[in-house]
Amino acid sequence: MLRDITLGQYYQTDSIIHKLDPRVKIVTTLMFIVSLFIVDNFIGYIIAALFLIMEIKLSKVPVKFIFKGMKSIFFLLMITMLFNLFLTPGEAIIQIWKLTITREGLILAIRMGIRLIFLITGSSIMTLTTTPNNLTDGLEKLMNPLKKVHVPVHEISMMMSIALRFIPILLEETDKIMKAQIARGADFESGSIMKRAKALVPLLVPLFISAFRRANDLAMAMEARCYRGGDGRTKMKPLIYQKRDYIAYAVVLLYIVLCIVIGRILL
Amino acid sequence: MAIILDHINYIYDADTAMAHAALSDINLAIPDGQFIGLIGHTGSGKSTLIQHLNGLVKPTSGNVYYNGKDINDPDFNKKELRAKVGLVFQYPEHQLFETDCFADVCFGPKNLGLDKKEVELRAYEALKMVGLPDEYFYQSPFDLSGGQKRRVAIAGVIAMKPEVLILDEPTAGLDPKGRDEILDLITSLHDKMGITVVLVSHSMEDVANYVERIIVMNKGKVMFDDLPKNVFAHYKELEEVGLAAPQVTYVMQELAAAGIPVTTDATTIEEARTEILKDFNK
Repeated sequence: MLRDITLGQYYQTDSIIHKLDPRVKIVTTLMFIVSLFIVDNFIGYIIAALFLIMEIKLSKVPVKFIFKGMKSIFFLLMITMLFNLFLTPGEAIIQIWKLTITREGLILAIRMGIRLIFLITGSSIMTLTTTPNNLTDGLEKLMNPLKKVHVPVHEISMMMSIALRFIPILLEETDKIMKAQIARGADFESGSIMKRAKALVPLLVPLFISAFRRANDLAMAMEARCYRGGDGRTKMKPLIYQKRDYIAYAVVLLYIVLCIVIGRILL
Repeated sequence: MAIILDHINYIYDADTAMAHAALSDINLAIPDGQFIGLIGHTGSGKSTLIQHLNGLVKPTSGNVYYNGKDINDPDFNKKELRAKVGLVFQYPEHQLFETDCFADVCFGPKNLGLDKKEVELRAYEALKMVGLPDEYFYQSPFDLSGGQKRRVAIAGVIAMKPEVLILDEPTAGLDPKGRDEILDLITSLHDKMGITVVLVSHSMEDVANYVERIIVMNKGKVMFDDLPKNVFAHYKELEEVGLAAPQVTYVMQELAAAGIPVTTDATTIEEARTEILKDFNK
């Protein structure tokens, strides 16, 4: 049941995208998202789609796996599209009762849908191909200049990696606690909202206690190994740009230029 | 016949790249009143197997029957089944949540929809049965020692008056004294209440002295299912899968190999002593 969440999950395989420096993936994903808002004609979207297809092919992540994560945001997507479809003023094409679908609305809804799907696919490729630890390492390095203005960059990224590391552990624990309580006749699935909220107490109390206990143990283990924050800390695997990282930057830059030329200047 | 497992297969993460079989073609019959030890290495599928017995996990294929009825039938009352087949999980921390032990033990019977008086009576009986000292009844379960917590967790399940009691690694993390106490407690529950007990463990030593039948699991399959002494006769094969027979078996095997006329099927220290003395007194 709880295993089905794939958004933000890592997919283990060996591909060129997996090997890229996390900084490259973070920056280029941001650039890709920006590009989606630069282009506003369909040729631009085709280019973005081709770029995504290339990325998926290179990442060797099964397409099925990427779209499984999409299910959870399907409703959000539907609502956004429907609102745009019905509430945009303009030239009416179909009228059902009080609802009017306008030409402008239709175009806007399709555009929104494409943008959202591309945006989520693009960012899931990043999370699917990068381990959470790598991701926070990349973020830490990217945020490094902020140290000058006394932002605790290392601490922030350490907190993030711990939080990410604990998500699967706590999910698994939730599953176990749920089973233990169901075995004692607990019912999480039926009854009124109040009743269901109350039924969560036997789940949440053991979960919180175990989370605090784990946090305590972890703090102890870190202290026992003399952890003292980021000052003067070196890394076992420092992030160093390789040739392939520069190539990736170049490819994405080329893509952005293409988007601007086709999306903005030519048409 | 209480529980029958018929060609059970279970696959984790089916239809993904990570799919792997946790159980393959399990056929077992668990008759009423038996005291069974379910042994296997970590990852052998024993925990998955016991979750099939009370319907927490649905088999990928195959059927589970409780008293002749298919438990995965949509009409089957699973809540009733879970009261009849009580499952105590490995860590008591996963189920204790109330402010005091007594209230926690009340949780199970309360879920059965019994009235308050009956609930409290059952909770009291259960706590007495597991031998929790009276002064702990109204203490927070989180302040208790590991062994006492486990007693409260077991009481929480017994209070539902199950006919089958399954315990997943009830001795994990306990010291030798605590371990013996819990095992003695389980034996007395089996004897006094006349219920079926399935004791899951990875240690032969733990179960050898207590159970009347041993099921050995390996890689999702049943490897042996027999009387303890017959299972231990395969001690060489058990070693190959990372398990071991009790130390007594090794002693008897070595004595026999050294030419001393003893039979090698003793499973407890008591039996071994009688056997050795028999030869000694001749």
